[in-house]
Amino acid sequence: MSTQPPRDRDGRLTPSPPEWSTRPALPFPEAARKGLENEVQRANLRHATGTIRTKRANVVAEVPHWEQLRSAGEAIKNRTLRHLDQHLETLEASLTRAGATVHWAADAAEANRIIVDLVRATGEHEVTKVKSMVTQEIGMNEALEEAGIAAWETDLAELIVQLGHDFPSHILVPAIHRNRGEIREIFREEMGTYGTPAPEGLSEEPVDLAGAARTHLRNKFLRTKVAISGANFAVAETGTLVVVESEGNGRMNLTLPETLISVVGIEKVLPTVEDLEVFLQLLPRSSTGERMNPYTSLWTGPHEGDGPQDVHVVLLDNGRTNALADPKGREALRCIRCSACLNICPVYERVGGHAYGSVYPGPIGAILNPQLRGVGSAIDKSLPFASTLCGACTDVCPVKIPIADLLVHERHRVVEEKKRHQANQFEPAMMRAASWVMADHHRLEAAGRASSLAGKLLPIRTIGPLPPPLSRWTQNRDVPMVPEQTFRQWWKENRDERA
Amino acid sequence: MTSEPSAGLPGAGKTVALFATCANDVMFPGTPRAVVSILERLGCRVEFPPEQTCCGQVFTNTGYYPEALPSVRTYAKAFGDYDYVVGPSGSCIGAVRHQHAMLAEEAGDLGLAAESRAVAARTYDISEFLVNVLGVTDVGAYFPHRVTYHPTCHSVRVARVGDAPYQLLRAVRGIQLLELEFADQCCGFGGTFSLKNPDVSRAMVNDKARHVMDTGAEYLVTGDNLCALNISGVIHRNRGGIRPIHLAEILAHTEQGVSA
Amino acid sequence: MSARDVVLGRVRAAIADVPEPDGPVDWTYGRATGMPDVVGRFVERVEDYRATVVRCASGDLPSEVVRALGSTGARRVVLPTGTDERLHRAIREAGELSVVVDDGSLTAADLDAIDAVVTTSVVGIAETGTIVLDHGPGQGRRALSLVPDRHVCLVRAGDVVSDVPEAVAALAPAVRAGSPLTWISGPSATSDIELSRVEGVHGPRTLWVVVVDD
Repeated sequence: MSTQPPRDRDGRLTPSPPEWSTRPALPFPEAARKGLENEVQRANLRHATGTIRTKRANVVAEVPHWEQLRSAGEAIKNRTLRHLDQHLETLEASLTRAGATVHWAADAAEANRIIVDLVRATGEHEVTKVKSMVTQEIGMNEALEEAGIAAWETDLAELIVQLGHDFPSHILVPAIHRNRGEIREIFREEMGTYGTPAPEGLSEEPVDLAGAARTHLRNKFLRTKVAISGANFAVAETGTLVVVESEGNGRMNLTLPETLISVVGIEKVLPTVEDLEVFLQLLPRSSTGERMNPYTSLWTGPHEGDGPQDVHVVLLDNGRTNALADPKGREALRCIRCSACLNICPVYERVGGHAYGSVYPGPIGAILNPQLRGVGSAIDKSLPFASTLCGACTDVCPVKIPIADLLVHERHRVVEEKKRHQANQFEPAMMRAASWVMADHHRLEAAGRASSLAGKLLPIRTIGPLPPPLSRWTQNRDVPMVPEQTFRQWWKENRDERA
Repeated sequence: MTSEPSAGLPGAGKTVALFATCANDVMFPGTPRAVVSILERLGCRVEFPPEQTCCGQVFTNTGYYPEALPSVRTYAKAFGDYDYVVGPSGSCIGAVRHQHAMLAEEAGDLGLAAESRAVAARTYDISEFLVNVLGVTDVGAYFPHRVTYHPTCHSVRVARVGDAPYQLLRAVRGIQLLELEFADQCCGFGGTFSLKNPDVSRAMVNDKARHVMDTGAEYLVTGDNLCALNISGVIHRNRGGIRPIHLAEILAHTEQGVSA
Repeated sequence: MSARDVVLGRVRAAIADVPEPDGPVDWTYGRATGMPDVVGRFVERVEDYRATVVRCASGDLPSEVVRALGSTGARRVVLPTGTDERLHRAIREAGELSVVVDDGSLTAADLDAIDAVVTTSVVGIAETGTIVLDHGPGQGRRALSLVPDRHVCLVRAGDVVSDVPEAVAALAPAVRAGSPLTWISGPSATSDIELSRVEGVHGPRTLWVVVVDD
């Protein structure tokens, strides 16, 4: 049984998350403003997303049958989700046969209870973690902290975020909003409080920063008895879990401890081992822009004489069945968390991930969060509108999620909700009026005549700054005056009469 | 029997219904006029079904599906009888092809969905109609200016006009086509996005305007006037001196000036 | 009601609209990717990850491995059980290296004090420059090829396949038999700082691949 790690200045075992992350998230437009005002972050994001976009484009261009691969990924995921109950039962049976213990969790609270109990049963007071979206989604680190258990992030970017009292802003590269100088400062100031300090004279060269992380975490890896992971894929027929990673922290966690707890969203299941051939091509090229990521681990329950002998798998719903129940929204469940849609998104590039109020930022977050959580909160109501619908995300998605279409679908859900609850609002009234105009060309013509009359009468050619709310547009843009004649009027004068 | 004046021209024997689009009708009438001019020059007979209104995209993309339906119905009714419907907007054409049938289905009107699907299959953006249907890239245009082309998002990723606009521009006599950096990135307009997320929209369009100004062009060419309005609004405010112009207006321009 | 029943019940309710049966998935599994020189591509792609790759005839393997260990500056080396006896002897007799054979009792801390490991592998993937271990004899348990900082990995040229689909087909029986797999593509690396790739985080920072021509 281990002793509890020391408490920090806040009386905590692990670095406290930022205060803002514990409050209800602001609606996207307000949160986005903060991101836009952060000049350093914008420069970091511009550089990082630009780099990764180029890398992805290059390695995708190498695969002549990329479109076929995407279609296969889409089809396999669709087929699996259509019979998800059967695949989950098969997965459970295979895992059990392989010697793993399967737990089911309907929501985050239940998953966290299971995990806390499993860790307590080992008598340990700390765990190390493989980078995992799902454990962030359920707020596992904080649940463990409250139970007196320290959860240490071991992925470099997650470590930067954790030590920086920060919140992840990207699915793949959670510290994408930080540059090397900021990372050096975080390491120098915080590493010593929670373990091996940063070496004297640490430079801001990435290789030195990675070296400092290696040293800081090595002791934790060598002494840890319990590790917690997610899984990129869970193969139903064999009970095999797959973790795709780069640094080797995943392998450390999957190999050295005595107990391994893997939290797996129910949509991660794939029917057969062979299905991996599709996704192990799609994922690395789409995410890190590599032909293959440095390390991929597959394990099937405990393996005698090798790795953890106490193996648990927590199968988690936490809103996934909400998405599954929506014939359109269920397409979002194909997501393999590659983050190509974040990297290509012009909105994400400018505002960063924190504005999305979730561990799932970017275009996929803008559809996934309202699917998982509903459209009740201010942030989830605003997320579907956090896009210009430019469609760049749809084109890069390796499993062909029609993200732009689903954004529109989510907008429809938000509007329907709005109409149900608040009858007399400005926007619905405007839309009803405009719809009435468009139902009959005579009405549109009348509007056009009014407009062209204004064009004739008003003595200006350009409209400059206007008061709110029109200032939203004219703060940085001039608008030309409407012309003196509509096209319809021209046609009547020049073609109809001729005909 | 008299021979048609259009005999031998690529558009001979083709009747084309012009979908002016509501924004172009009222705000940019020069653009649909240019489409008329090009099509007639190429031998098409152009008609303007007066019942037409709008593609409905502003409703659909803001989440107002029932409010979009009148536009879907009006479109199917106005254009249902034509073999070719052509409009000067990748975005509006994209909405017709990608959203109309879906909206009808959502409303449970399967008859309308079938009509919408049929008319959508005969609906084209002007650039793809010229290149893919008429098989023309050189439309006899002359435009002795430096221009840069912004491929609007919906023309590329919804209407999927491909490189048709570039083919057409490269064939214009006297033109100098300058490369636009980060051309494929959105200008930040996004319809109601520019009002719902004004700060992000401004950040995006400021970047786009800067890239456009960096080209040193005299004209910013697009296939969607509202995107151009967005970008050129910033350029005008900054006295950038680059004028927006629709692709069709360049193509309508000949050494004799603009007809129609 | 158990959580299991709750979740499965929700899943069944959610997909109640799904019509039977499924259409086929338009994909042929296990296909080779055409390329002129599979082993040549493998070498090139592994080198792209900044790993060292050498090719040798099987007779020269022991001396190549000794040379590899020497070049990486290793002093203490661990060998998995099942390591080829000829290779084992050559390393032992090289004189400068202290050799430990894993009997399963080495702790993580013991392994951390060892500089290098020499393992074999089961599959090489040309297109992606990937090496796969199924941790059978000669490949060691997973910790062996992870904790020491240098990994000298032997790949038989005959085990190199064109691409991921062929590899998964070749490896599926091992997965079905319950073996863990480790896919290795270059040395440990991260792109977490400004998306610049840096080799060497937690796994071996040096990967030295010896391709053995049969």
